[in-house]
Amino acid sequence: MSTAVNAQYEAEVRDPLILGKKSYHQMTEDICRPVEGKANKYWWTAFIISSTTMTWGILCLCYTIGNGIGSWGLNKTVGWAWDITNFVWWIGIGHAGTLISAILLLFRQRWRMSINRSAEAMTIFAVICAGLFPLFHTGRPWLDYWMLPLPNQFGSLWVNFNSPLLWDVFAISTYFSVSLVFWYLGLIPDLATIRDRAITPTRKFIYGLLSFGWKGTARDWLRFEEVALVLAGLSTPLVLSVHTIVSFDFATSIVPGWHTTIFPPYFVAGAIFSGFAMVLTLMLVARKVLGLEEYITTQHIELMNKVIILTGSIVGVAYITEFFIAWYSGVQYEAYAFQNRAFGPYWWAYWSMMTCNVVTPQLFWFKKIRTSAMATFIISIFVNIGMWFERFVIIVTSIHRDYLPSSWTMYSPTFIEVGIFVGTIGLFFTCFLVFARVFPVIALAELKTVMKKTSNQYKHKGVLHK
Amino acid sequence: MNKTYWKGVEELQNDAKFVQLKNNEFAEHLPLDEIVQEKSADITVSPRRDFLKFLGFSVAAASLAACEAPIRKTIPYLNRPEQVTPGASNWYASSYHDGYDYCAVLVKTREGRPIKVEGNTSSSVTKGGTNARIQASVLSLYDNARLRTPIANGAPVSWENMDREIAMKLQSVASANGKIRILSSTIISPSTLKVIEEFGKKYPNTKHVVYDAVSCSAMKAANKESFGVDEIPSYNFDKAEVIAAFDCDFLINWISPIEYSRQYAETRKLDSGKKTMSKHVQFESALSLTGSNADERYHVKPSMQGAVLANLYNAIASKAGATTVNAGSVGELAKAISMLADDLWTNKGKSLVVCGINNTAVQNLVNGINSLLENYGTTIDLDNHCHLRQGNDADMALLMDEMSKGEVGALLISNCNPVYTSPMGKQFGDAIKKVTCSISFADRADETAAACQYICPDHHPLESWNDAEPKLGKYSLTQPTIAPLFSTRQFAESLLMWAGSGSNYHDFIAQHWNANVLKGKSWNEVLQEGIFEGEQGASKSYKSAANLTAAADAAGRMNVAGVEMTLYEKTGVGSGVQANNPWLQELPDPVSKITWDNYLSVAPKDARDNSWKQGNIVEVKANGVSMKMPVVVQPGQMPGTCSVAVGYGRKGAGKVADGVGVNAYPFMTMVDGQLMAAAGGVQISKTVEDDVLLATTQSHHTMMGRAIVKETTLDEFVKDPTAGNERDLISVKVGKEEKKMNAQELNLWNSFEDGNHHFGMSIDLNSCIGCGTCVVACTAENNVPVVGKEEVTRSREMHWIRIDRYFSSDADPKEHESGDIKAMEIPSDNPKVVFQPVMCQHCAHAPCETVCPVIATSHSSEGMNQMIYNRCVGTRYCANNCPYKVRRFNWFRYTDNPKFDFNMNNDLGKMVLNPDVVVRARGVMEKCSLCVQRLQEGKLVAKKQGRKVKDGEINTACAQACPTQAITFGDYKDKESKLNKMWEPNGRSYHLLEELDVQPNVFYQTKVRNVKAEAHHEMSEEKKG
Repeated sequence: MSTAVNAQYEAEVRDPLILGKKSYHQMTEDICRPVEGKANKYWWTAFIISSTTMTWGILCLCYTIGNGIGSWGLNKTVGWAWDITNFVWWIGIGHAGTLISAILLLFRQRWRMSINRSAEAMTIFAVICAGLFPLFHTGRPWLDYWMLPLPNQFGSLWVNFNSPLLWDVFAISTYFSVSLVFWYLGLIPDLATIRDRAITPTRKFIYGLLSFGWKGTARDWLRFEEVALVLAGLSTPLVLSVHTIVSFDFATSIVPGWHTTIFPPYFVAGAIFSGFAMVLTLMLVARKVLGLEEYITTQHIELMNKVIILTGSIVGVAYITEFFIAWYSGVQYEAYAFQNRAFGPYWWAYWSMMTCNVVTPQLFWFKKIRTSAMATFIISIFVNIGMWFERFVIIVTSIHRDYLPSSWTMYSPTFIEVGIFVGTIGLFFTCFLVFARVFPVIALAELKTVMKKTSNQYKHKGVLHK
Repeated sequence: MNKTYWKGVEELQNDAKFVQLKNNEFAEHLPLDEIVQEKSADITVSPRRDFLKFLGFSVAAASLAACEAPIRKTIPYLNRPEQVTPGASNWYASSYHDGYDYCAVLVKTREGRPIKVEGNTSSSVTKGGTNARIQASVLSLYDNARLRTPIANGAPVSWENMDREIAMKLQSVASANGKIRILSSTIISPSTLKVIEEFGKKYPNTKHVVYDAVSCSAMKAANKESFGVDEIPSYNFDKAEVIAAFDCDFLINWISPIEYSRQYAETRKLDSGKKTMSKHVQFESALSLTGSNADERYHVKPSMQGAVLANLYNAIASKAGATTVNAGSVGELAKAISMLADDLWTNKGKSLVVCGINNTAVQNLVNGINSLLENYGTTIDLDNHCHLRQGNDADMALLMDEMSKGEVGALLISNCNPVYTSPMGKQFGDAIKKVTCSISFADRADETAAACQYICPDHHPLESWNDAEPKLGKYSLTQPTIAPLFSTRQFAESLLMWAGSGSNYHDFIAQHWNANVLKGKSWNEVLQEGIFEGEQGASKSYKSAANLTAAADAAGRMNVAGVEMTLYEKTGVGSGVQANNPWLQELPDPVSKITWDNYLSVAPKDARDNSWKQGNIVEVKANGVSMKMPVVVQPGQMPGTCSVAVGYGRKGAGKVADGVGVNAYPFMTMVDGQLMAAAGGVQISKTVEDDVLLATTQSHHTMMGRAIVKETTLDEFVKDPTAGNERDLISVKVGKEEKKMNAQELNLWNSFEDGNHHFGMSIDLNSCIGCGTCVVACTAENNVPVVGKEEVTRSREMHWIRIDRYFSSDADPKEHESGDIKAMEIPSDNPKVVFQPVMCQHCAHAPCETVCPVIATSHSSEGMNQMIYNRCVGTRYCANNCPYKVRRFNWFRYTDNPKFDFNMNNDLGKMVLNPDVVVRARGVMEKCSLCVQRLQEGKLVAKKQGRKVKDGEINTACAQACPTQAITFGDYKDKESKLNKMWEPNGRSYHLLEELDVQPNVFYQTKVRNVKAEAHHEMSEEKKG
């Protein structure tokens, strides 16, 4: 990508985005190695663990389908708990990919190029994991297709366009399709590279098919970049809309603690927050395992950590605002819902959320911490946990004690529910590991555009290499 | 004649080729043969392509065949029985009596199966009311534990052999001049009593012993001493302005609770401008349902009741100028007693003192008080007495004695289970072995029947011919509503047979009635009505002639030191007669809200002092008996006392009841020759056993300062009918003016299009006593599944209607104050109690409707919120968004599932299902439909007759079953409907959570307590001090 999107002046004093004075060839070699070579033992270990976990999740899911939702810990008062918590959590994680590929593309943030491919892949896998929950949390999952506005023989039956769950169906399916197309589009030139480097006919054939006959002509590039821009334009509102709509599931309801107008921005910020945390978690592992430290540099980590501070602080402000409004509104149910969150029987969930989401990211104000891979990794895990708890707190602590105290109950998960959640983590990592072996994890063609030109290096030798 | 259409011109012309083809199954030629024979005549060598075609076809065919649903055979009537129209229900007037509960009922049958029991409004005793046990009785008919055949010495036999063997045995006993004893619970059937008489004529050495598990024999004894009448009187609670009850749970268990609760509710209703209501004062140790409804409730331990009554007697005697008796000190209760005495005396002749303590001395004091208050002839009717408790504890003791001495030759036990219910049950079981011929008429091999040689299983009341005389001169008939399911025979029929009488029991009853009861009225007419009530005799005034000084001394001597225990019956299981009924086991106790168990209720203070926690297993020792059971910390339980429910801990009652809870009957104490449902000197010690999780449907007990049950005092109500029903008004700008408006008047939404009706419901919280009858009625009407103890512990009970019970909290905030939320969660040690039935509120702006993605729940043109089970995919979003939490999700498949082995898991139990209501599938949401099937039926009936639906013609199951008529169903569109009249005029109407503006079609009426605001305040101050 050189013209429309990437034609941009970059100050020479800026640190290079890629270290190690790579040549184009060296870069191709580095990035294609995991795809073309044999898997190392780290990969196999990770793959076996994650696929086993995934299998366990599948078994738990089968048990649920066979016996009924009763095999979960839900009850007459708490109709959603881990299922929707996990759904929102995974959807949130997916957000980083779209943000990086679309919004950062439009903002010409070229540092995104090292990470956008895997972040987008992550988005797709996260959305798959997320989608499983609404699909299988229903009492009769075999009838889920009734939630689609399909012409049918049932008479004049139609879906309810008033229902936020229906909006979810549209939001998520749109999000998934656009993300998938965008991701795949970016892959095409790289797949062609692998095709061209192929030494076996099978590989040549498969990547030939996958690369849709990419020739690398100017006309190809022109169209490629235009489509990329169009898709970026399409995806940008999605970043905001998907989690907004997910938040409507709660915001449009009547449940104190759910019925909150702050939810859309708060959920979007939370989603980006958790998405970046998950990207960091994954990338820090991937760069180590795949040896990509020179492509995903400390600069990348630091930049992402800055996004985390920003979104983490937005989320923190949102938490406090909710509390203020609960008191200021004078609505006793609302006030109680929030007092109950912090001091009720699920206080531990609330304070875990507060610690993980509000306190820990603030450590990134220290440059030492935000540039340390290890510290970042740990904090990113905290954020992942914290954001899970955020959704749990919103969902469970709101409905377990709503209007009539006679119906108040407690909720605790069964091992089946836990199993399904752990299973989706297994699914996510299995997908990611397979992805890392069959597709280049870094957008090779794009990244080549941000290399400092060889001529530059010579011209400004004095500046760059003191 | 149907029109005939031709398939084509060919058929019209009827040409030969067409006729030939028509005879083939497929008129058009199918190319199958060609496929097979095209290339080769031999199929075995079909070419590859053909092979693949066949393979494909057979796989598809096989899988299609496998998809077919299993066929359930429906057998049509070859000869339709007269009166049975498939799809239409038949109703039969009958009566239900099981030795414990009596009710005049109407039985609804469908295709020959009884499926629902309703109260018979023609009865002046039960007046169309029912209770939970009556409602559930129809399921007991289809109980799998019932014996299928007679049993002789443990082996099934035929009735012929049984009769022969028993006749022989009886003959030999009679010839040896051995004693023959018939032991039964209270029999209110005059014909059965006559049969026993006949039997006595044949076997002169026969004596009939009546034994009630929960006895009132002291009342009879006391009435004999006081007035020379060996009877239990009829009570007229409706005529009482002041009711004082001492350890007396008259609203659900005591003698004739359906009758009393209706009468009681009459005095509490504040409809149509009425401004007065009765005052109810309760003295008890355990928080009973009746006590929960009292205006004032005082703690008295059982052994102190005598002293309290003696003090009350003295207080009244001094006003009446009668001699006083020796009365012990009652400490701080003195003030309450003098206040009560004032109230009683002012309402002389319009007051009522009742006492549930089975002690002659205590009952004599009660009689003395009522006699001074001149209540005989007004609120107490000793002339038209009540027959519902005939048990005689002395007779029973004598029988035990005779049996253990080996003097009894034959023992015939009908409808009672002394091995289980008697505190001397074990000795009784041993003594049975000494009887030459022991015969049980139990319908199952229960504790006593198992100890007998012969079991001649009795019919269920719904299979029987019988009659009843619950009160003098108030007769009702029982008629069979189904042919006997098993090879059973009625007790009276067996006796008649053994007595050598030629007639069957039906003829015997008819004969007896024609001769003695009907006085010329037609038997068929009475049978149709179910009720026959002659002229009521005058109710005379009585003066107590008992030696009250002696009585007071005896009552005073009852006082014992140490922890005391009371034994009580639960609304559901009662005395345990119907313990094997899963509907009753799953009915939450109205006070503790616990299902499927009994437990030791202890006072919160005692629990704190002894560090007992809910669910701890304790060992309870009293009366030389020791038992382990879980602890329940029960607000309202008096410190230093505890209570346990009887009716649990069955062995041999059936799969549902066996092993549920412990048997508390052995704790009953024999005091002065009478069985007292109490024990003194109780020792409670915590064991090291693991805690148990009690299956409770409500784990949170206070209202948290929310205006959920709105209540006020009578004084306030008289001043302002809207007292306690203050509404939060909303400031709205209309034009330039700022207006205060009721939330209900404001609307963001368009209202729904209304049809011809707009159904709704009113619930009077002042009449509702919280008994749970509606819950069982709804379960029966709407095929609500039973989920069992484990699922209830997970808060997954399926009841469509529930009774919320709230306790007051010491931390309850005053108006416009916010309280400490933690402290508000803790109920007072001795709280005020309110009950509130909650079912789907059928909101006009239902939050559930908007969130369903597939429109499985929608709004009807008649104002109801409908659930379309077939469309439901089960997202549960509607349940989350329901502010009343009335929606119930089918977490599992509850039918044909061995994990839920209740009535829906066997063909017999399924006979109770209402064919008008679909049985919901797994994964589907369900909820109250406002009995839409009844609405449809009622509308159709009216339509067929070309008229409008009349008010009161259609009723929901809950409203119909309610013994106190707290629930009124009606049509808002009918301007004259009772519902419309209830909505605004009395100022007590409000919608639950009306600030949400979901605009429910169900509304509530505030609760009013008859307490003086200052006195009330003073009392609570005193308590704190």
